[in-house]
Amino acid sequence: MKKDRRDFLKLAGCAAVAGVGSSTAFHSLLRGEAEAAGLRRAGTKKEKTGVRLGMVIDIQKFLDDQDLARRCIRVCHQIHNVPEFGNPKDEIKWLWTDRFEHVFVKDTHYRQAQHLQGMPVLTLCNHCDNPPCVRACPTKATFKKADGIVGMDYHRCIGCRFCMAACPYGARSFNWRDPRGMDEHGRSFIRELNPDYPARTMGVVEKCNFCSKRLAQGKLPACVEEAAGAEAMFFGDLNDPNSEVSRVLREKFTIQRRPSLGTYPSVFYII
Amino acid sequence: MYGSGRIIPALIIFVGLMTFPIWYNAGKAQQPPVLVLPTEHTECVRDAQYMRESHMVLLHEWRDDILRKSGPRSGVTASGMQYQRSLQQGCMSCHYDKKNFCDQCHDYTAVVPDCWACHLEPTKEAI
Repeated sequence: MKKDRRDFLKLAGCAAVAGVGSSTAFHSLLRGEAEAAGLRRAGTKKEKTGVRLGMVIDIQKFLDDQDLARRCIRVCHQIHNVPEFGNPKDEIKWLWTDRFEHVFVKDTHYRQAQHLQGMPVLTLCNHCDNPPCVRACPTKATFKKADGIVGMDYHRCIGCRFCMAACPYGARSFNWRDPRGMDEHGRSFIRELNPDYPARTMGVVEKCNFCSKRLAQGKLPACVEEAAGAEAMFFGDLNDPNSEVSRVLREKFTIQRRPSLGTYPSVFYII
Repeated sequence: MYGSGRIIPALIIFVGLMTFPIWYNAGKAQQPPVLVLPTEHTECVRDAQYMRESHMVLLHEWRDDILRKSGPRSGVTASGMQYQRSLQQGCMSCHYDKKNFCDQCHDYTAVVPDCWACHLEPTKEAI
């Protein structure tokens, strides 16, 4: 049978129309199922299922009580056996303060209010919905749990520090020195060992774990408990409309750190 | 053979020295350590044979279940005893004598676990 160019084009055209018409990919694009650039939309397109823990921090309350942040940090670091090496290079941070313009970098702000500049802001691991550290970790020592907590298994950490490079918030610290060791004056880096919680070794990365051990005992995170009197921090299930965080998020205007990155942090700030 | 007067005795001495541990201990069975068991408790979370062979498997299971799947932090044995699924707070609350319990067996079997690099062994006050 002779096939000329005209017949071939007709056949190809029919096949293309049939193919496109039945294509599920094309239909899912029309229905908006496919997502641009692999970004997962937390809370908008994605079904809200299960518990997603989150935190709200009221910056103004910390400005009113200048000592509150220090107390929160102290209680956090004390119960988690976080060492103090006494120099910023080796510093281990679970909960810490930084200047406003460092926490809320200007990649999404053309200008920031003058009175906010230099204001200390309490920061911690954001427990992102789309955590870059989990993707970067080659041993799955960092993982995301069903309740939204980004956890660390120090047993599996090989100290490659990929997670530190991946974290856009600098929320992870590397133990360059033995946390159970002593400084040149013979003082231990962990001032007072809490016997209820383990320490870490040299060569592992560590970070805030939203006090998952305290949550299992039915308590609030230590910093939230410390700040409860001042109503400066709120904690709870973001997916539960009756939880305290949901109430605060409904009533107050909040911002998040670096929303342009699409990590969907679980920590919100009232400015 | 050139120099056989020195080489052959030297070889005999060398082989004798190298095999010294074998023939020195021949016929004597090595005594396994006698562990100091807690006096106030009579049962462990599993039977003694399982604990002897596979306590490390149990610890790994606890760790993965609690850390990754938010599993329960306490358990109950068949006879109804409550226990904490934790090395530091569970195991060591009964087996607080680490030297006479963990170390004896680990020295005997030449196994060096690194649990105690992070986990805190019970202090003297706890005993």
